[in-house]
Amino acid sequence: MLTLLGVAVVVVGFAARFNPLLVVVVAALVTGWAAGLPPLQVLAALGKAFNENRFVSAALLVLPVIGVAERAGLQERARMLIGRFRRLSFAPLLIGYMAFRQMTAAIGLTSIAGQAQSIRPMIAPMAEAAAESGSRPLSAERREKVRALAAATDNVALFFGEDIFIAVGSILLMVGFLAQEGLNLDPLQLSVWAIPTAVAAWLIHSARLMLIERRLRSEAGEDRA
Amino acid sequence: MIKLGVVYVLAGLVFAAFALLSATDARNPRRLGNAAFWGLVALSFLAGDRLGDLGNGLLVLGLALIAGFGLLGRGEPATTTPEERVMLARRFGEKLFAPALTLPVVLVLSLLILKPLHVGGEPLLDPKQATLISLALAAVVAVAVALILLKQPLISPLQEGRRLMDVVGWAALLPQVLAALGAVFALAGVGNVIGDLVTTWLPMDTRAAAVAVYCLGMAGFTMIMGNAFAAFPVLTAGVGAPILIRRFGGDPAAVCAIGMLSGFCGTLMTPLAANFNLVPPALLELKDRYAVIKAQIPTALALLMANMVLMYVLAFR
Repeated sequence: MLTLLGVAVVVVGFAARFNPLLVVVVAALVTGWAAGLPPLQVLAALGKAFNENRFVSAALLVLPVIGVAERAGLQERARMLIGRFRRLSFAPLLIGYMAFRQMTAAIGLTSIAGQAQSIRPMIAPMAEAAAESGSRPLSAERREKVRALAAATDNVALFFGEDIFIAVGSILLMVGFLAQEGLNLDPLQLSVWAIPTAVAAWLIHSARLMLIERRLRSEAGEDRA
Repeated sequence: MIKLGVVYVLAGLVFAAFALLSATDARNPRRLGNAAFWGLVALSFLAGDRLGDLGNGLLVLGLALIAGFGLLGRGEPATTTPEERVMLARRFGEKLFAPALTLPVVLVLSLLILKPLHVGGEPLLDPKQATLISLALAAVVAVAVALILLKQPLISPLQEGRRLMDVVGWAALLPQVLAALGAVFALAGVGNVIGDLVTTWLPMDTRAAAVAVYCLGMAGFTMIMGNAFAAFPVLTAGVGAPILIRRFGGDPAAVCAIGMLSGFCGTLMTPLAANFNLVPPALLELKDRYAVIKAQIPTALALLMANMVLMYVLAFR
């Protein structure tokens, strides 16, 4: 039971909003201590795994090109483009983006869009501009909400699209695990069962986006009255 | 064969440039903190394999201490003003989308054309890492497109990259550090302890109860570990395989696939999935660190319910 102390450190540390990097290192040391491992061995294990996982941070290489395009006005252009479609509000925009992202992820193209390369420079400004179309500028609070929803939509679409692709990590993990259990399955058998949930995710998130849009609109109407 | 090492050297050089440019940024009062932080990241990419495990551990400790004691500031490289950007946006028009769209186009072309290529009997790109290598290639090509098409200064990729990197700050390294925490959890056997607790204390006498325990367990365990991949083996060995598949005769493919997706619902709700949930608020400059998680929770809970119904109906026909 003492082994779970590190989990408690993470929960409390994140809830109290301490710096997460520091919380994680402390949690690792506490977990190791509770399991009776010497601190230097824990630090070495942490360092070894950190080094093996450098590929996680290598995707940050997309930031320079996004920065250059932003310097030349990409976010402003994204707003202008959406501003031309007066009737397009943010829910249909994000629902359409979600469908595109789910379908491309389902054929294995998980890296063709993403938070740094699409949401920050293009989709979030477009969603803001669409939420403003035909009404006054958004309040700071609502602007924050629309931006957060744009990021959330990318995550939902990615998670519940990629699992339809047969060569994605989670499918391979399941095939490998089930083989150890003596159950030999084809990746395709697993991936077809991801389709019902993918459809459900699109329906549920789309319905929410439309409800939120209606609420934002009526709130904005009250502000004006 | 081109391996991930090439990407690491490129990333290391870029971060080294971020560190140098940070050190000379007079407008950032904490410039030395930024220089040290990005310098350590550069060191990890360039020399991580030669530092030894303990050396890498000390490097992680250094990153955590710099971030934890608030030594990171935000650099302010000279850039265009909002008014200039509106003017530039009018001037360049839809051309502005070209660099960002170059990324997916080059990525897909590289996967379609370069990945299948063989040179001297071995693949040109390391097959296991082809996507990341292609992404790095796409990033380089896209920078070139941006510089030529948008006529930006040569130093701008590094300065603008540093600007965005400082906007994200310590959150950029959190996903990698959390992955390392997962390894320590595995070493200490955290997963097995939780798995034992679930299987010992929760009732699974009926098919509905067992489906609920498996799906909710996948979501909850994923929230604690930050990753559905860590939760899957523990809960499937404890609940999915022995009870849902063997005792109640569930279809293994449907049970496992929907179980994994229940775990993904947990991923939407946990700060431990940092690259999805904590990096975006930093990138979007939101005030609330948890704004994206809060936007996802209602979708995740509704979808978790839907998953339980789907498994109950589809896995036992």
